[in-house]
Amino acid sequence: MSVSATRIGAVIRKELAEFQRNRFIVVTASIVPILFLVSPTAQILSLKATVLSTVLRKRVETGLFLPLLIPVLVPSILAAYAVVGEREQGTLEPVLTTPITRVEFLLGKAAAIFLPAIGVSYLMFGVFVAITQFAAASPVATAVLHAPQLPAALIFIPLLAAWAIWAGLAISARATDTRVAQQLGTLASLPPVAVAALMSFNVISPTFTVAAVMAGVLLAVDVLACFAVAQLFDREGLITGTKSTGGSYRVRGAS
Amino acid sequence: MSESASTPPRPPEPRARSAGPAAIEVSHLTKTFGARTAVDDVSFSVARGEVFGFLGPNGAGKTTTVRILGTLIAPTAGSAVVAGLPLGPASAAEIRQRISIMPEAPGLYRRLTVTENLEYFARLYGLPRREQRITEALAAVGLADRAYDLTGNLSKGLWQRAALARTLLNDPSVMFLDEPTSGLDPVAAHEVHVLITALRGRGVTIFLTTHRLDEAERLCDRVAIMNTKLRTIGRPDELRQTLFNRSLAVSIAAPLAHPGQVFAGLDWRVASDQPASSADSRPASYLLTVTDPAQAAPAVTRALVAAGADVLSIAESRHTLEDVYLELVQDTEGGAR
Repeated sequence: MSVSATRIGAVIRKELAEFQRNRFIVVTASIVPILFLVSPTAQILSLKATVLSTVLRKRVETGLFLPLLIPVLVPSILAAYAVVGEREQGTLEPVLTTPITRVEFLLGKAAAIFLPAIGVSYLMFGVFVAITQFAAASPVATAVLHAPQLPAALIFIPLLAAWAIWAGLAISARATDTRVAQQLGTLASLPPVAVAALMSFNVISPTFTVAAVMAGVLLAVDVLACFAVAQLFDREGLITGTKSTGGSYRVRGAS
Repeated sequence: MSESASTPPRPPEPRARSAGPAAIEVSHLTKTFGARTAVDDVSFSVARGEVFGFLGPNGAGKTTTVRILGTLIAPTAGSAVVAGLPLGPASAAEIRQRISIMPEAPGLYRRLTVTENLEYFARLYGLPRREQRITEALAAVGLADRAYDLTGNLSKGLWQRAALARTLLNDPSVMFLDEPTSGLDPVAAHEVHVLITALRGRGVTIFLTTHRLDEAERLCDRVAIMNTKLRTIGRPDELRQTLFNRSLAVSIAAPLAHPGQVFAGLDWRVASDQPASSADSRPASYLLTVTDPAQAAPAVTRALVAAGADVLSIAESRHTLEDVYLELVQDTEGGAR
């Protein structure tokens, strides 16, 4: 099965252009990250140099966990809209009349969401760390910089985003209503966050080995999810609103 | 389009269709959705360069047929060849490269400009010289001056034109147009007709789904009337002749006292809503079934004059495609009931 970079690139360009002009998306993609930046930053900055070490540790854990919700929530909202939104505005059928394959279509959609989502997430993380280094009390700043959760969070951001995107796309490919798709997409993107939470709050010790294993598992799940979503993308069902009965076009990924 | 908009579309002249393999060859095509049969054992062929009208009431299976031929959905049974390729998963992408489909809903991205919409589709087709193709497509539909307008700001007629421009991008050999003039005002619809006529002149095969029978009659070389099953297929004039006897419409200043004597030997009837009494002084009309209207008209005129009638007009009564359509579709629906 050949995949055309031109067609994937076309979907990415189109999606990014549409995102920029969609007020709902711009507002959502701006407010959610700011919310998850302001709260932990305020908590860290409120700590004094004499804070107890147990309190400091908990605040740092929370501070480094909350921004992990950004790569989950932002892409899940966008991904849930990706297919059902096109279907609702009647643009899906014309696109599917072109030679684009479902894999190209889905990869283009996923990449268009992934790039801004991880960009915003890393930016917010960077801003959070930078503010704590410049404005927090010295022992607090040191604790943030040397927390084992910090590198783990940096690894988990793209993996969480990928999971949220594939979960959202899977739901979007089967949903008939955008709002329902967005609600279900947000719910479906939360399970891997639980893993990150366990590490952030030291329930699972966030050593490098544990983080690497967890990341590996999540990466494998992301790759499998990509193939699963491609199978869920039923050209006939999406156009006619019924289950594929002919089957022959659905089986071959190239179609 | 603006350049040629003043030229009215040509009447449907019988034209020699291209020799060689058909552009579309459909054989025993069937599509079911659960227990419902949308398309039932349909077979037909469309020659290269032909404008083929596909008519039928709502739910007749027209759009389903177009979607099957456009490789969007798979048939339950039967086979087809589209643009020289057999319908199937192996050739689906290549068929889509050679054809274009304009669905009933234009399906354009409202937040993108007309050019951005076309640019997107040009990339999806992997076209070289995209800028030139887009410029040509916009010029063909008379939308060059709105190229950088947001699609969401365009009127419905301009949307339809933009969607038509999109179908021209890949220079298709077969175009499927599903209700291309739906919701358009007469001027915009006329411009679409002009464009279809121009495409036909370039040898593009056009598969036109429409509810507008006047449009089908004016543009199409042949039409098929479908109601899940294929009811009939042929040139509009052939269908008229097949379904209806030829007749003369006679209009005279007052009803005849003894029409049976005047029209002796002919099958005749009073045209609907006409006075039947000779006491009535309003004009009256009669329909006479004849084998050859040109041959019968002089004899009928002489008989009328001999009977003292003042002849207002006498002409062949032409049945429209609408008559053919209603005859076939109502017959089907009546049978179904």
